[in-house]
Amino acid sequence: MRKYAATLLFALAASACVPKPDYTLYRNRMPRSILVLPPQNATATVEASYIFLSTASRPLAEAGYYVFPVAVVDAFMKENGLPTPDEMHGVSLKKIKEVFGADAVLYFTIEQWGQKYYVISSQTVVRANARLVDVETGQTLWEGKAVGVYDSGAGAPGGIFGALIAAAVHQILFSMVDRTHELSRLATTQMVINKDNGLLMGPRHPEHSTDARGR
Amino acid sequence: MRKMRAAFAIAALLVLSACVKPPLYSWGRYEDLIYQMYIKPGDADPVTQTAKLREDIEKANVESKPVPPGVHAHLAYLYYQQGDLGAAKQEFLIEKKLFPESAPFVDGVLERMERKSEQQP
Repeated sequence: MRKYAATLLFALAASACVPKPDYTLYRNRMPRSILVLPPQNATATVEASYIFLSTASRPLAEAGYYVFPVAVVDAFMKENGLPTPDEMHGVSLKKIKEVFGADAVLYFTIEQWGQKYYVISSQTVVRANARLVDVETGQTLWEGKAVGVYDSGAGAPGGIFGALIAAAVHQILFSMVDRTHELSRLATTQMVINKDNGLLMGPRHPEHSTDARGR
Repeated sequence: MRKMRAAFAIAALLVLSACVKPPLYSWGRYEDLIYQMYIKPGDADPVTQTAKLREDIEKANVESKPVPPGVHAHLAYLYYQQGDLGAAKQEFLIEKKLFPESAPFVDGVLERMERKSEQQP
């Protein structure tokens, strides 16, 4: 429970720094369907792309969009001679429209992934940039940041030894991979479902017609 | 004192629960299976995934909650991997029926599947 509370606080703090976006163009071009490509990865952690990808569908669909099946799209691209996220990101919008008929593509780039060590604590960070692009016009409709930070020092029992023990216990309880998975889930949800700078409520959401942003 | 604390806790819970809307879809294990197939592939071979997704769909039907976008297409791809093109086609068509947004992709995939099965009779 403590784990989640700490993570949530950081996610909220991070989102508060981003200025409110202009939703006019996004509203005018309102996509019904979103194609999510496996994220490009600027970090050294190979599995980051696919851990992150596995947490992208739910928030987007819950925001009212049709989300193409991410693993099927990935397999399809690989079978057609595009083995890596970098190559998939290079596919033209014309081709994407032709093959998938998607209204928009969501491009992710992972900027930071994994653990940073301090004297008595460590932080696990998941950070990615997102860009929603209109397939028809190539215009950027929306940009966002997905950030999740888990601080093993936060809420540790008093004193240096308490903190040391807490850090050690956390390391045993949660493997790095599982923790980044959990953080990804929180980060994508927080990025998408967010009244200040998240996605507009899509056509399949009951609040689609009452969402006032960009009107 | 203890009673008061309990009352506060209940009040806080009520306030919190008022903000949380029920999800649009019954998610089951769809996203966890995607995670496993990439990160722990031994735990999620196509046969295992198929069984779990079928269970999830069944559960969603019992609860009359909609199945999320992508689940039937993902299941279709699992059948395709197992060589069951009939079941693959059926699931792709369910995806298209539930989510017409998927029609261009589904139609294209079905066309390619048909061509392939003609080549290998």
